[in-house]
Amino acid sequence: MSLIAVVDYGMGNLRSVSKALEHVASSDQKVIVTSDPADIAAADHVVFPGQGAARDCMLELKQRGLIEPVLKAAREKPFFGICMGMQVLLAHSKENDGVDCMGLYDGEVRFFGTAFAENKIDAKKELLKIPHMGWNRVHQAQAHPLWNGVEQDSRFYFVHSYYVSPEDKSITAGETEFGINFVSAIARDNVFATQFHPEKSAADGLQLLENFTKWNGSPN
Amino acid sequence: MPLAKRIIPCLDVRDGRVVKGVKFIDIRDAGDPVEVARRYDQEGADEITFLDITASSDDRETIVHVVERVANEVFIPLTVGGGIRCVEDVQRMLNAGADKVAINTAAVFNPEFVKEASDRVGSQCIVVAIDAKKVSAEGEPNRWEIFTHGGRKETGLDAIEWAKKMADFGAGEILLTSMDRDGTKIGFDLELTRAIAEAVPVPVIASGGVGNLDHLAEGILEGKADAVLAASIFHFAEYTVGEAKQKMADRGIEVRL
Repeated sequence: MSLIAVVDYGMGNLRSVSKALEHVASSDQKVIVTSDPADIAAADHVVFPGQGAARDCMLELKQRGLIEPVLKAAREKPFFGICMGMQVLLAHSKENDGVDCMGLYDGEVRFFGTAFAENKIDAKKELLKIPHMGWNRVHQAQAHPLWNGVEQDSRFYFVHSYYVSPEDKSITAGETEFGINFVSAIARDNVFATQFHPEKSAADGLQLLENFTKWNGSPN
Repeated sequence: MPLAKRIIPCLDVRDGRVVKGVKFIDIRDAGDPVEVARRYDQEGADEITFLDITASSDDRETIVHVVERVANEVFIPLTVGGGIRCVEDVQRMLNAGADKVAINTAAVFNPEFVKEASDRVGSQCIVVAIDAKKVSAEGEPNRWEIFTHGGRKETGLDAIEWAKKMADFGAGEILLTSMDRDGTKIGFDLELTRAIAEAVPVPVIASGGVGNLDHLAEGILEGKADAVLAASIFHFAEYTVGEAKQKMADRGIEVRL
């Protein structure tokens, strides 16, 4: 039996993520929701979701002793970060007056409102509502096994007010336009992460998750 | 902008079953929530909203099980409203698999509840439902106020000010229903929708009065709403969600097809 571990650190409901994975996983795969580092170490695939504010997420991860186990998994095996689980992989978030995050990737997490102001975009006039909520197009910026069967520029479900801005642009796996162009998916080695919610993105989201459950962690 | 405008079918649920009726009269059984939700998902619904109209508050557990069953099989965002009075209610619905919870009357009686709930679970999970009715006379500048109890009880609260306050208190979205239009099938109150959509920094869902597919398009084009919600036109199989999206696309609206 191969194990898919969904990391539970008390931030947001993981039921939808685990149900979606169960829906696409093969019969010899078992999906568990866990906050036990031993489970994460034993798992063949790790899914790292998250919802809520950056400060609370980092606090919960620290208190549960999960930072090292999660980072270790992200260096070693097929790893999928979702939403806040993507954002905290970066070095720093501007949310909550600034929060140091896990630092797997250089770069920071920024607020849409700041980006609009810097780019002189009149959000009010353009009716750019924050949170960025709903189905938006994801432009696949690189070929990747996880995009198999997902058409270029397919729509996925987003709900967030902050976005990642990695320093190394070569890890960009998907881009989305919302007033500005932002990185909506990243990929490097055995890590794939999305700002959108594949577990809430109907057929394309399920396809992405299914590809993940079959993925050996090689980017090609 | 490539972000799609959303079409949200709304299901009234009573005692664990989908029911349909006009203005709570002549309510008939319309099937199992899982079956109906699955059909809407296949037709391309962008989200689904469940409104629990169970009469007795003793039966709240029933809707929790409905949400669980739907969330096991339908992988699009789900919102649940009706009878949400405390943070524990919010948490219970989210744990069952809802993505968002709509708070209506409880927000009017206790605005701090919205703050408390969004602090706990995040704004993105909190929808504040607003039932508004026009109170200005013919010839006067437009003015709408908040009503509760299905439009029967006035509160004296100005709808635009209230919507702004709710966004300020942490509502991630406003579900706006015109009580003048609800059930009439003559279209949204577009002036109200636009006034609110332009006043608040969060997305607005227009509701109340949809009788045909052009009404949905008008809610977006003229009402400036980010999403449109409708119940009866989909329940009575007058139109499918797919047809609604095609109509919106034909009128130049960005939708997920």
